[in-house]
Amino acid sequence: MSVLLFAENANGKFKKATLEAASYASELAGKLGVALHAVSIGNVADDELAKLGTHGVSKVHTITDAALNTFSDQGYTRAIGEVAKAIGAKSVVMSQSYNCKAVAPRIAARLGAAMVSGASTNPTVDGENLVMMRGTNSGKGLETVRTRRAVSVITVKTNSYGLKETPTTAAVEAFGFASQASDFGAKSVEIVKTANKISITEADTVVSGGRGFKGPENWGLLEKMADLLGAGTACSKPVADMDWRPHHEHVGQTGIQIAPNLYIAIGISGAIQHLAGVNSSKNIVVINKDPEAPFFKIADYGIVGDLFEILPKLTAAIEKAKAAHA
Amino acid sequence: MKSLVCISHVPDTTTKIQYTADGKALDKNGVTFIINPYDELGLVRAIEFKEQSGQGNVTVLCVGNAEVEPTLRKALAIGADEAVRIDTGTAEIDGLYVAQQIAAYAKDKGFDFVFFGKESIESNGSEVPGMVAELLDLPFISQAIKLVAEAGSAKLQRELDGGYESIVSSIPAVVSCQKGIAEWRIPNMRGIMMAKSKQLAVVPAIAAEVAVTTEKLQLPIVKSGCTYIDADDAGKLVEILVDKGLI
Ligand SMILES: Cc1cc2nc3c(=O)[nH]c(=O)nc-3n(C[C@H](O)[C@H](O)[C@H](O)COP(=O)(O)OP(=O)(O)OC[C@H]3O[C@@H](n4cnc5c(N)ncnc54)[C@H](O)[C@@H]3O)c2cc1C
Ligand SMILES: Nc1ncnc2c1ncn2[C@@H]1O[C@H](COP(=O)(O)O)[C@@H](O)[C@H]1O
Repeated sequence: MSVLLFAENANGKFKKATLEAASYASELAGKLGVALHAVSIGNVADDELAKLGTHGVSKVHTITDAALNTFSDQGYTRAIGEVAKAIGAKSVVMSQSYNCKAVAPRIAARLGAAMVSGASTNPTVDGENLVMMRGTNSGKGLETVRTRRAVSVITVKTNSYGLKETPTTAAVEAFGFASQASDFGAKSVEIVKTANKISITEADTVVSGGRGFKGPENWGLLEKMADLLGAGTACSKPVADMDWRPHHEHVGQTGIQIAPNLYIAIGISGAIQHLAGVNSSKNIVVINKDPEAPFFKIADYGIVGDLFEILPKLTAAIEKAKAAHA
Repeated sequence: MKSLVCISHVPDTTTKIQYTADGKALDKNGVTFIINPYDELGLVRAIEFKEQSGQGNVTVLCVGNAEVEPTLRKALAIGADEAVRIDTGTAEIDGLYVAQQIAAYAKDKGFDFVFFGKESIESNGSEVPGMVAELLDLPFISQAIKLVAEAGSAKLQRELDGGYESIVSSIPAVVSCQKGIAEWRIPNMRGIMMAKSKQLAVVPAIAAEVAVTTEKLQLPIVKSGCTYIDADDAGKLVEILVDKGLI
């Protein structure tokens, strides 16, 4: 018996979200008293695979069928499902990436497993069941769930658990799996990048702007600060709707839900739908000229004032702090 | 095109969520329910197929008790041809339970597309669509932002982190919808009147067991309070953040 991590790679590298899922799975395996195995699909170099060992993976099953170098929902489901069955996985763990979100429920249905999506705490083991928390009602609530099957499939909420190291050596072993024509009912033609920036779901720090900026021409102020902080950039819904900013920056109940370590909200009122997407952020800074802005209610730090005066001061201070640390 | 659109009945986005004192359920007092916004995108896309070709059929389906019927009626008002409610009575349900019901219903009906929302804004599971695809052994295109159907195949775009993926899929297929695939529509008077005479069938649920149960629902932990920094002294914020190791 074991816990199985789906170690998804992006162009041969493991993203932070994958290593976070590994850290999470490692703690769970420890609690269950079983080993943590991983399955890797596609071309990943040995030194990259070894990184999984740092986060507690003792064995990596590699599937290198070239047809699976690009994602296939049916192919990946079968592949991960076969490994899970072969090693008697009690739990299959993965991140909440787009591809993981697509295959996790398929795998759960295939294995007749209990599925928990977006788990935000590591489970407690209660007999045959796992008990853990997850966000519900689009960030407005927390749900404690109990699995009722012998096998579970868990996706880990991005940035909720963090990276933990439990160093071991990951043995690498090829797993015999061949894709078949029926795995490609839906076939990937190409992947088009529309943004080259830091992914806001993965970023440690996100700087976000609202209607208070008055127009797209003023975003230079925000971008300069984000660059200095190595932060991702986000925005409120109206800002995206007016095309001041691209849609993939829109956070909130109807946009992307994020949980960075630091969220800096500038010129955003803090409407309930906006907060639903950002209230899992660990630290929140709010800058708004209206002291009554609802956002201050969930802020850790607040500055009441005009963003056009405050931002230049902040960027100057950040530059100074950086110089002092350089 | 023959489409099945699976809709969930969810609290309006402006709802201030409260749970019942025992933490077992949503407190429905004063809550307005709507069609899950992402499901509505699938509904509109399915209706567009019919409008463009002048043929086809759109069935909306919801797994739930009688409370969900007004939401199904609204889907009929927007333009679906018929509605089906799979009656859950008082049974406890989860993603797998719902998926099993939908798969059992859809299995032999010859739908070209089974549409879903990318997630329910109530449960945030993103579970049901993929599960149905697996149970029906169909390709699944998740978070679709574009869908064009041709003879026997479909061209889609699927959202990814910082971009999208172009996909060609065989039909039938399961599609979960993200913004971009269609625009929301407001039902007009004629639609609302016509909805009253359209069929809303109630079918019994098949026997199925839940795989996950809810132990407790609670509001997110609230912050202890905000530390204010004087606007004239904005640099102080940076000092604090540096001290805390946040930047
Ligand atoms: C169904 C539905 C879904 C929605 N989903 C989302 C969602 O996912 N995400 C989302 O963000 N919104 C969403 N909304 C919209 C939401 O209700 C708010 O309208 C929106 O978040 C407001 O955006 P804002 O804060 O940028 O603008 P406003 O509410 O206009 O706020 C602007 C803020 O900037 C401040 N300001 C102005 N000038 C300055 C200045 N010079 N310096 C400092 N501060 C200044 C003002 O005091 C004000 O607080 C949704 C709405 C609906 C109905
Ligand atoms: N009770 C239900 N009846 C019909 N469709 C549903 C139901 N619950 C969820 N769905 C569909 O499945 C999608 C994803 O829901 P979820 O997996 O709960 O996030 C929704 O957007 C709906 O399209």
